[in-house]
Order: sequence, then structure tokens, then C-alpha cells
Amino acid sequence: MNLVLVEHVDGAATDVSLQALALAAGLGGETHALVIGPGGAAASVNIPAAVVHVAEHDALDAFAPDAWASILGGLAEQIGATAIVAPGSGHATDAMARAAVRLGEPLAANCISVTPGDPLLVTRVRWGGSLLEEARLHTGRALITVAPHAVVAAPAGSPGSVETFTPEIADADLVVRVRDRVAPPAGGVSLADAKVVVTGGRGVGSPEGFVVVEELAALLGGAVGCSRAVTMSGWRPHTDQVGQTGNKIAPEIYIACGVSGATQHIAGAKGAKKILAVNTDSEAPIMSIADYAVVGDLHEVLPAISAELRRRRA
Amino acid sequence: MKTLVCVKRVPMTGGRIVLTEDEQAIETKHLGFAISPHEECGVEEAVRLWEHHGGDTVVLTLGPADAEEQLRDSMAIGIARGIHLVTDGEEWDPEATAGAIVDVIRADEAASGLFDLIFFGNESADSGGFQIGLRVAHALDRPCATGLKGVAVDGDLVRCEQEEGGGRDVYELPLPAVVTVLEGLNLPRYPSVPGRMRAGRKPLEALTPVRPASRLERARLVVPEGESKQAEVLGRGPDAAAAVVDLLEQIGVAS
Ligand SMILES: Cc1cc2nc3c(=O)[nH]c(=O)nc-3n(C[C@H](O)[C@H](O)[C@H](O)COP(=O)(O)OP(=O)(O)OC[C@H]3O[C@@H](n4cnc5c(N)ncnc54)[C@H](O)[C@@H]3O)c2cc1C
Ligand SMILES: Nc1ncnc2c1ncn2[C@@H]1O[C@H](COP(=O)(O)O)[C@@H](O)[C@H]1O
Repeated sequence: MNLVLVEHVDGAATDVSLQALALAAGLGGETHALVIGPGGAAASVNIPAAVVHVAEHDALDAFAPDAWASILGGLAEQIGATAIVAPGSGHATDAMARAAVRLGEPLAANCISVTPGDPLLVTRVRWGGSLLEEARLHTGRALITVAPHAVVAAPAGSPGSVETFTPEIADADLVVRVRDRVAPPAGGVSLADAKVVVTGGRGVGSPEGFVVVEELAALLGGAVGCSRAVTMSGWRPHTDQVGQTGNKIAPEIYIACGVSGATQHIAGAKGAKKILAVNTDSEAPIMSIADYAVVGDLHEVLPAISAELRRRRA
Repeated sequence: MKTLVCVKRVPMTGGRIVLTEDEQAIETKHLGFAISPHEECGVEEAVRLWEHHGGDTVVLTLGPADAEEQLRDSMAIGIARGIHLVTDGEEWDPEATAGAIVDVIRADEAASGLFDLIFFGNESADSGGFQIGLRVAHALDRPCATGLKGVAVDGDLVRCEQEEGGGRDVYELPLPAVVTVLEGLNLPRYPSVPGRMRAGRKPLEALTPVRPASRLERARLVVPEGESKQAEVLGRGPDAAAAVVDLLEQIGVAS
């Protein structure tokens, strides 16, 4: 039997949680789901699992990863789960790693497929998605997180039954607990949501050079991104960085200017529908990653594109 | 204050990943190596804490003999000493790595007192296990917060900020504690030439732990398909502008 940790927002399971349910289905056997905290009961009615367990407790109003791990591990033992699956989001991954160490089990993070058996076979992503690893999990109780947006989500459905319970939570499991929240900065198009992202790399040459990148992004109602070479030079803040250790973007078009196309940069742009490269070097690695290219100096090409956009709008 | 930073040596893969023939590793013959960016920020933060509070700072890695380069890089920006768990180059799985790190932390703490704060990356750049910091924290029975972009020590507490849902969640952990951090925590400095000279003379302890059997056993690595294509060249220089705007119109983002 499999147990899936399902996260929920506004009373509904998150997409990545439905993806985790889909991966768990591939393990065979019955699937139970666990939802934790306020809103769990509302979310439970639309979760396609044999049984949805709803953990309710006053102390769960704020995220407390050790408490989550204790509830998850406790329930897995109680129902005799042979696999525990969770989405590879920040909070769920954190709780899963804690559950793994409490249960004395290995954890396979960011898997995209599983093949049941002994050992269980998993394919997991490395290098932020630039490389895959096929691995064997030698254990009777596999803990697996699922790479976000790599697996088709489970179709909507309703649970066989819903069981609400009040877990016991030790004080020690509430030491690490969200105490406060800092609101997101207001205004602007966020990189994660932008339909157009215009990025500048080292080829921009200076912080001032970004004027041409900003101008085009503004005309297209898009967001400005940058490469790590730019952040490390202090030209732009890290919040603008696209890549494995920066933002993951999924625009309709990604316009990458003066960017060579390192795997760690592209790891952040895998969600882009189309990529247009602007680069002086027709042999740059990005030329074999992009869909379209303009060979040329971005300081000439970008102003020309902006001018053409203005001309057609006038 | 006494702090520890755990770092991993990883290859800088460039534009395309090439595997060794046995599909067990990345072909690194022509590549340089670096500390994972998240951990680089951990090193910078430990140095800043030392600049503010004084005390002892240690950098630790488990890796091949060549990983001394990454320890010296950390010492070049201000870490006082290094611990090198020397391997034959074979990657260790997360449980095994955490176990070896716990052993060496216990020995160091028995000799010279508790680490007030231990830094890890949230995940290693290459294998992305997302767990070693939490495993070590559990074994040492210390609180741990993960994925942090803000770490501020205030008396006996460390205030931690974690990006979540656009905003930031705030945790407050009592020291001693373990934190796992992300790039963006700070802007790491570059080492100076005198810093590099000093680093060569700083103490480095080398140990050779034995690798236990792996329960998350790598079978092989695979480069994902469909990575290589040839971009359609829309034009050269500013003359390409009309073709680009045609494309933007076609995609429906031009107006
Ligand atoms: C573990 C790890 C994680 C990393 N994470 C990230 C990450 O999240 N994001 C990231 O971006 N990088 C990341 N990197 C760094 C990455 O490997 C590259 O070093 C970086 O992306 C290079 O940035 P760049 O393309 O701007 O610079 P370069 O590689 O120097 O490329 C500059 C490009 O600009 C072109 N150019 C120069 N002048 C012009 C001009 N006038 N007009 C047009 N083109 C011009 C050049 O032909 C060249 O192709 C990571 C590295 C490691 C090891
Ligand atoms: N070989 C290693 N030596 C020292 N620290 C490591 C090693 N591997 C991983 N770590 C640390 O553990 C963190 C998480 O790694 P992982 O669980 O593999 O994603 C990394 O960011 C490092 O801080």
C-alpha cells in the first residue's frame, strides 16, 4: 500500500500533489493520501485515493516540518505503507527528508518514474533536470519525492473514504515552526508567471547595458532575467537570476541575449515554450538549444526590435 | 561563535553534459570544478558571522583528493581550517555522506566544543538529494530549517527566512542549530591574492572514512533526450528586427 502526502492551497490539492498521486499509482496497490492542517478537510473530497486521512490539530495552523514528519511517519507505520510519496515542493521535500531519517530509510528525491519490484527502480533528476539517474532503492519502505511538472497529474476523482484524526504532537516537534511571514514585494511581473522573459547574460557587458533589455521586456509586458555570471558580477540582484540555482520560468517565449547556454542556466528555462537567442557567436552552445536565433550584437539587435515594435504599434 | 560549512566539489558542466563510457559519471577531463553555489553562500555567511562575532570557522568536504581545492577556496575568503574526508572519487549516497559527516562533527566537538551553527546547501548541485543537512541535524538532535535565503543570528537564536508562495516564511531556531541555504542568501566575495596565500598555510585535517553499502544505489546516468537541435537563424544584426517582430506577433505576445 502507498501513502501520498498531498499539499493543498485554498481547499484544493496542488497540481504537484496530483502528479505525486499519479506516480504512486504506478507502484501498484491501494493508495492512501494524507492531508495536514487547515483546509485539509475541504481538499480531501476531491482527492482520488482509496482513503484520505485528514490530520487536524491546533498546532498545525503554521507549518512545522518535524510535526509533519512525525504524522507522516506514524501514519505510514500504522497502515503498513510500503511506499511514501510526496511532491518535490519545498515544504513537502523538507518533511519527507525528516520522515526518512526518523524511519531509518533512504529517500529518493525528484523522481520522474518508478518501476515496482525488489529492489524498486526509480529514475530521478540530477543537475536541476539536465541529467537523469536510474537507481535501485533497497528497502521495504521506499520514500520518494516527485519532480514538479515532470509527470502527468492524476485525473480528478473523489476518495473512497475520508478519515479525520487528531495526531499527537510532541513539543520538540514544534521547535521548528513558521513564526511569521514576510509578504511578497508588490508590483511588476514575476519571472515565474511572465509570458515573455528577456534575459541578459555576461554579453550585456555592464549594469547600465541592461537598459536595452529592460526596454524590450517593458514593451512586451514581460520580465527581465539574468544569468549567474551577471549576478556574481553584482550587476543585477539574484532575484532576477534564471537557472538551476535561480528562478524557474515558463514563458511563451524566452529571449536570451548574451547568454552562452550553460546547462545550469537552461535548467531554469526548460518550461519555456520557445527560445530565441541573441548572440554574437553563431557557435555558442545556446544555438543548439534555442528554437530561433539572431546572430549579432545585442546592443544593436534589441533596440532595433524595440523600434520595430513601436513602429508597428504607431 | 563556532561554525561549520559542508561543501561539495562539482564539475562546471558548460553547454553540454557528456558521460563516461560506463555511464556512471560525468566526463570531467576538460572541465573545471566549483563549490555548489548554495554552499558558496554558506561559506560567505560563516565568514561574515566570524567577522562579526569572532570564534572558529571550519569547512568540511567529503570527496576526492582534488577536493582540497574547494577547501582552500573557502579558506581563501576567511574560513580558518578545513576537514577533508578523502574518498577514491566514487560518489557517496546521502545516508553514507551524512553518517561520515556526523562522525567527524562529533569528534571535532569533543575536542573543541559545539558548533553553534552548521551550514549546508539545501541541495547539492549535482545529485540533488535534498536531505543531508536534515540527516545530520537529526543525528545531532538539533533544530534545522531548510531552503533559507535569510539567516540572522540574534543572541541564542537564529532567525531564518525561507521563500514560500511568493513571500517568505520566518523560523526562529535556538542555537546550536543546522541550516540549509540557497543561493541569493548573500553575494559571495571573490578571494584576494593574499587570501589565497594565507589559505595555503591554514590547517587541514584529512581522514579516510570507509564507504558503507548504498540503499539508494545508482545504476546509471542518462542524458535526457531531445536536447540537441539547431536554431533557425532569423537574421543577422539589427536587420533581423522585422523577422523577430513577425515571430512575436505569431506567438501572440507582440501587442
Ligand atoms: C552548480 C552550478 C549552478 C549554476 N547555476 C546557474 C544558474 O542558476 N543560472 C545561470 O545563469 N548560471 C548558473 N551557473 C553558471 C553557468 O555554468 C554559467 O557560468 C553561466 O550561466 C554563464 O553566464 P553567461 O551565459 O551570461 O556568460 P558566458 O558563458 O560568459 O556567455 C556570454 C555569452 O555572451 C555572448 N556575447 C558577448 N558579447 C555579446 C554581445 N555584445 N551581444 C550578444 N552576445 C554577446 C558570448 O558569445 C557568450 O555566448 C551555475 C554553475 C554551476 C557550476
Ligand atoms: N560530499 C559532500 N561533502 C560535504 N558536504 C556535502 C557533500 N555532499 C553534500 N553535502 C552537503 O549536503 C548538502 C545537501 O546535499 P544533498 O542532500 O545531496 O542534496 C549540500 O548542499 C552540501 O552542503
